[in-house]
Order: sequence, then structure tokens, then C-alpha cells
Amino acid sequence: MAYSEKVIDHYNDPKNVGSLDKNDENTGTGLVGAPECGDVMKLQIQVNPDTNEIVDAKFKTFGCGSAIASSSLATEWVKGKSIDEAMSIKNTEIVEELSLPPVKIHCSVLAEDAIKAAISDYRKRSEG
Amino acid sequence: MKLPIYLDYNATTPVDPKVVEAMMPYFTESFGNAASRNHSFGWQVEKVVDDARELIGNLIGAGGKEIVFTSGATESDNLAILGVAEFYKKKGTHIISSPIEHKAVIDPCNALEQKGYEITFLDVDKHGCIDLKQLEDSIREDTILVSLMAGNNEIGTLNPIREIGQITRNKGVLFHTDATQGVGKIPIDVEEMNIDLLSMTAHKFYGPKGIGALYVRRKKPRVRLSPIMFGGGHERGMRSGTLNVPGIVGFAKALELSVEEMASEAERLTGLRQRLLDRLNSELDYIFLNGHPTDRLPNNLNVSFGYVEGESLMMGVNELAVSSGSACTSASLEPSYVLRALGVGDDLAHSSIRFGMGRFTTVEEIDYVAEKMIAAVKRLREMSPLYEMVKDGVDLSTVQWTSH
Repeated sequence: MAYSEKVIDHYNDPKNVGSLDKNDENTGTGLVGAPECGDVMKLQIQVNPDTNEIVDAKFKTFGCGSAIASSSLATEWVKGKSIDEAMSIKNTEIVEELSLPPVKIHCSVLAEDAIKAAISDYRKRSEG
Repeated sequence: MKLPIYLDYNATTPVDPKVVEAMMPYFTESFGNAASRNHSFGWQVEKVVDDARELIGNLIGAGGKEIVFTSGATESDNLAILGVAEFYKKKGTHIISSPIEHKAVIDPCNALEQKGYEITFLDVDKHGCIDLKQLEDSIREDTILVSLMAGNNEIGTLNPIREIGQITRNKGVLFHTDATQGVGKIPIDVEEMNIDLLSMTAHKFYGPKGIGALYVRRKKPRVRLSPIMFGGGHERGMRSGTLNVPGIVGFAKALELSVEEMASEAERLTGLRQRLLDRLNSELDYIFLNGHPTDRLPNNLNVSFGYVEGESLMMGVNELAVSSGSACTSASLEPSYVLRALGVGDDLAHSSIRFGMGRFTTVEEIDYVAEKMIAAVKRLREMSPLYEMVKDGVDLSTVQWTSH
């Protein structure tokens, strides 16, 4: 399968690989996918509670090159956005940006789910 | 050392230059149709084909007249299974096979099931081995055929062909073996092993693509087949179609060369296989060998690299031509059915890589491959949430995953 240049770039030089302290009350962690399906994404955000701005984001992904690229791109996009803005990121924008073929659309869906899961985790914990 | 490195010899092999040389005259000078009985162009190539037939037969312990040329192993498998099923349907409609056979065996079996035949797929253990006792117990009055492969194309596990042949002969049931991966690599003698039908294809042993054969036993017992292709009645009516003379010549030459160096080559490849596995094991944890540790094709190594997905791994070693059991490499979204049948979890099936070594694989290449694989696995594990969790002591089976 031929990959788009952008997928290859993210694969070769992924942005924001790593982990944030998931016990910090200003972070949110989203873990989506399943090992049996061949894709697991962990996406974490760090939020400034005063401004609701996402100040940092990290990911770790088990999955194909497109899954790695989708999550790498997702972390780039959420950084600097408010959590409401980040909530509105659509998988189709990821598909377009990375020129993902139809068989790889599920990778972008997973990345969108990961963003939403991380934000929802942050909200739950910051409210609790 | 030249890049990329080809390590997919279980998929196909390059044609040996000596084979190409042997084939050349039969494209332009001796181009006759072997079925032309009226002139020397035909007679000449008929003789060449018969010599090739004899040679191929002898190299597997058979006679030349028992070789039916086909387009390749897929056709040979189809002809064996569908041909026996049709011819012997009055005798019985039960066939025994295994779930890790090639699709060229499984799919015709499934097609027969739709037509009212009954197929028993034997169990395989975690190494891909069948239980001979179960085979024996599964043979019934109405069983007409047992089809079990010589060596598995994905995981390399060898079937105990000799023992299977003993059982089928004692029970009076026909035995077909898909020996696509075995011929030219491991000793095969249809007489000693009581094989009644055997599929092979030239491109797996440095011959050309598009030419294969089905061995069909002529006596004790005489095997009968209904054709699946109709036409000029070539190959004693079992396979109509003009013979591929250059292909047949190349097939015979390639098999001759492979059998000549089989023993030394098997030893050399087994050494390379072990060297690669040892290197990987010395630097990486969570490595799982797929297939039998020792009873396997000399040139096949199949390894799952835990917590790393196969396609991303192949992307990281793009100067190596290897194959993955990951679903992502195909459009199917299902990981390898062979690994599944072995009980390998889907997570590890997604992490599997098949290395196929061959005639032109060197020690230098193997060391380079090991180095590149180790680096790629380490890099991907750095970004694997699963590896991180396992290292933190999380039992992944207790995690609530969200499937999608």
C-alpha cells in the first residue's frame, strides 16, 4: 500500500510522543481501540483550568502507520485550542489532511474518539 | 549488500539464470505445440515435454506418466479436490482437511460443502500440528479424500506426511498433499510416503510462474479424476489446454537444481533462520515464534513482536521485503486465519512478521535484517501504549477496551 507523504512524515517523525501524569487533575486521558482490532490509541491533554486551553498533548499508539499519523496529527491540532474547539475536530478533517484511503478511515475515527475521550476524562475529573 | 533485501521466498523466488537459459530455445526456435502429431515441430517438443515429465516424476519418486501439468498449485489443488470429489461421489462425499491449509484447498472444500459434501477440518495445536489419532478416527466409510499440506506457507510447520500416508493407505482412502512449500526444500517420495496426489508449482523453487503440476498416482491404487477444464483432452483428459513448453522445461530444470542442493541448502537456511531468531531474542522481549520450533520449513521464520503492530513495523523496515499476518496489510480487516486457528490472540496475530529465506540470502543480510528489525521494534515500542502498560504491570486482559 502506498502511503501519502504526510503519513510517512508523521510516522518517521511523530509529534508529541510520550505520556503525561494521568493523576494530575489538569490532565485528561483517552484510551480507545482494542489490541485485537490492531489499533490502540492513548491521547492525553493538559489543560489550563483558568482558560480551558489545552496547553500540552501527548500520544502513544499501537497501530498501523495511518493510526500513528492520525494520533500524531490530533495532538498537534488540539494544542493551543480550547477544549470546546478541540471537541469539534472531525475525523473527516484528519482524513483530508493525511489523504487517508478508505480502508484507513477507521484510524481517523479512532483519533477523533481519542480526543473526545481525553476531554471527557478531564471534565469528569476536574468536576469531581 | 544490495537493498532492498528480499526475504519473502515463501511467496515466490527469482528464476535461476540456468533455468532461464534452459527455457530460452522453447520460445522462439522450438516453439511447436506438443500436441501437434503431424510434423517435426510437434514431435520435437513432445519429446522435450516427456523428458521433463520423467525428470520431475523421478525427483519425487514417481513416474513421468503420473505428472499432470497445470498453471500452478492453485489449479493443482482445485483439480485434486474437485476432481476426486466428482469422480468418487458415488463412493462417498466426506473429505478431511485442516483449517490451516492454503485457501486453494480450503475454498474448494467449502464450495463442495455447499453442494452437499461433508468436510471435516481437523484440529491443530498451538504449533499447527494435527493429531494423527484424530485423523484416524475421522476416517469413515464414506471418506474419499484426505488433503493435508506438506509445509505451511505462513508458519512453516511440517505435517507428518509419511505417517499420514500410512494411515490413509491402511484405511483405503486417497491422500492429497499440497506440497507447494515442500517440494525442492524437504525430501519427498510419493512411493515411500504413500502419497496419491501431490500439488506443486515451479516458482517456489526458482522456476517460472504459471507452471505447476499435480502428481496423480497410476497404480496401487490407480487414482481417477474428473477434469475441471474441458477441451482438447490433453494430459490424458485430466487437464485440457496447450502445454506451456518453456514453463515445463524451466520447471524440470529448477526442480533438478533444487533437489541437487537440497540437503546442504536446508542446513544452511536452518542456520540462517536460527541466527535471525537468536539475534532478535537477544535484544528484544515479548517475542513469540509462530509455528513449530523445529518441525518447520528450513527457510521459514514467523515471529510475533508483542505490542507492536505488523504494518507499522513493515513501514519501519521498508528496505526489507517481508510479509505480515496483520489485517492492515490486506483489505480484509481480519488477521491471518492460520494464526487464529493456532489460538494466537488477535493482538499477536496483528504483530506477526514472516521471514522467508532462500538461495540468495546471506549471513550479512540476516545480520542487517536483525539489526533493522530490532531498531524498528524498539522505536515503535517507545510509542506503544500497550508496551507501556505491560511494563507498568497492567494485565491487558483486564482492561476494558472500546472496540470500534
